[in-house]
Amino acid sequence: MLSLKEKDRPIVRKLLCAGCCVRCVLRFCCVGTSSAYRRSYQDLHKELLAFISEENSPQSHDASGEEKSSDAPPNKRMRIDEDSVTAAQTDSDICPVCLGVLQDFCDPSFAEQVSDAVKKQQYEFDSLVLTVSLPAQLSVREHSCWLHVKKEVREKSMCLGKDDVIQVKDAFKWAVQGKIGQELGAAVVANSPCEVSISFIHPETEEDCHFLYVAVFLSVSQSVFTRMAVVKALEKISEEKFSRHYPCPPKKANTRCTALDTTCLHTSVFIAGRYNKFSRELPQTPWVIDGERRMDGSVEELIAAPLLSSFRADGFNFSSSGREDVDVRTLGNGRPFAVELLNPHRAKFNRTEIKQLQETINQSSDKIRVRDLQIVTRDATSRMKEGEEEKTKTYSALIWTQKAIESPDLEFLANIKDLRIAQKTPLRVLHRRPLAVRQRLVHSMTTIYLDKHHFTLKLCTQAGTYIKEFVHGDFGRTKPNLCDLMKTDADILELDVESVDIDWPPAIPD
Amino acid sequence: EDHCILQHSNRICVITLISDGCSLLKNKVSGKSKRGGQSLTEFAPLCRITCTDEQEYTVFSCIRGRLLEVNEAILNKPDLLLEKPSTEGYIVVILPKFEESKSVTEGLLTREQYEDVLTKRNQQEPYMSAGSRTVLDFTGVHFV
Repeated sequence: MLSLKEKDRPIVRKLLCAGCCVRCVLRFCCVGTSSAYRRSYQDLHKELLAFISEENSPQSHDASGEEKSSDAPPNKRMRIDEDSVTAAQTDSDICPVCLGVLQDFCDPSFAEQVSDAVKKQQYEFDSLVLTVSLPAQLSVREHSCWLHVKKEVREKSMCLGKDDVIQVKDAFKWAVQGKIGQELGAAVVANSPCEVSISFIHPETEEDCHFLYVAVFLSVSQSVFTRMAVVKALEKISEEKFSRHYPCPPKKANTRCTALDTTCLHTSVFIAGRYNKFSRELPQTPWVIDGERRMDGSVEELIAAPLLSSFRADGFNFSSSGREDVDVRTLGNGRPFAVELLNPHRAKFNRTEIKQLQETINQSSDKIRVRDLQIVTRDATSRMKEGEEEKTKTYSALIWTQKAIESPDLEFLANIKDLRIAQKTPLRVLHRRPLAVRQRLVHSMTTIYLDKHHFTLKLCTQAGTYIKEFVHGDFGRTKPNLCDLMKTDADILELDVESVDIDWPPAIPD
Repeated sequence: EDHCILQHSNRICVITLISDGCSLLKNKVSGKSKRGGQSLTEFAPLCRITCTDEQEYTVFSCIRGRLLEVNEAILNKPDLLLEKPSTEGYIVVILPKFEESKSVTEGLLTREQYEDVLTKRNQQEPYMSAGSRTVLDFTGVHFV
């Protein structure tokens, strides 16, 4: 039963006279019990009527149900009913404060409607967060109603802080979340990766906020009034000025709020792993020029496709710890990558299922291979960047020399440690990178002699070193380069990434 | 003088001399969009090469575009111009407008066409063969 006090009686009476719905009445009486708002409209209405008819009852008398009200003298009860209560007796009268949000929309039928909309979108979840968006005008009406009640309360030398009043949003959530949770088989909580959003609009009263702008900001600078702006203006405007421009209590409306389609959003899920690239004809990201695809497939599409479909996500963002050219293979343990799956409709996968996904990716193509696939947290992307900028990489390159060489000619290269080189932005990327000079270190090199004009060069370099340019010199724009060191024209025929020296993501044993 | 334009598939062009011959130095580009690079037309002179025989040769831009870089290495070592014309002895790097990427080299000769021209030229004026050109002693190069 409602725990209304003697002091609440005049408030209840005043609000019912103004046409408020029963739940708004409860709010202004600071009823903080969530279950109260779940009771049916008729139920609450009956109890409120009974409460106000107990005029001469002793202090802190609990406003109870039928039993007590039948104790009151019948004629007194009748008199109160006819005089004070004029409106909001049925659902067909729209509450001027909540514009219907706490009336019909609190019925189980609406909760079912919302649940059906969510079910249709086929999300898998065991908890959800309910967010409600109300039209800005409701703040104005709330303020007006509060001023109206404050007058009454002040006369009885009591105090009603605006913060003591229960907010429409909270009352609404209390009324519906139980039913929604029940229908969807999920707990409605404060924090969850799955968000169900209900939005209300009220076109009829959109102009209600106009006066605020004129009064407080001295101009109507925008056609759309944001909630924030309205709230700020209400804080600034004086009570007297407000009452001059806006009726207290608020005027009734002809229509109730409209509920927009229920939307669902699941926070992104991050999957990380390491990939190998075995093809020299596969770009890392789709290669499209002027809307035309230049080369079929890409590493990112091959990895993301099975993930997109299993997680039933709307889209993805691919990032990795550095990149390699189309014609470069990635061997060894592979390059770390992370895929952000946007709005996944399914987010829970156990280890076996992820292993299965890894297998699917590996079976789909022999051009790539994925390992250590796992779900990670959002900080994955910053770990990628860390790897890109700080960690060393090792490479293996097939070199051609113009002059004829013998095995001893290569020995000196192994003795060069931490060679400092200066690289101007390579011409081949100059169209999309700023012109700059980069200082880089070639930590060490080893060689394998092949024939008079070929050898394999293995190098370990600082992150961000352009290997191809170090070999051929790029018109002398990388100095020193291999041609300088070997005193011959040289070029690179093949390049492989042997390792990306970063120990993230953690290895998953087979 | 015969100029050679090397164009990458990303439309960037490098101007070099073929064989055996500024305000440009103040050119500063910044950012991805290469702001600040001077716009050049085909006839813009790039640099003037002076030789011990008092001859002066001017190298022209040959194509329209934004100047990205001048090769300062040839100021210190003009010999690079002839010794390594296609690599370290390049003259400038130019970025043509995106819309003109392909058209900018129309009207220029391909390698085969140029070789034809050379053969015909040698037939007509045999005493002015390419060989004689390589005997050039540079005294200086300066960008226009």
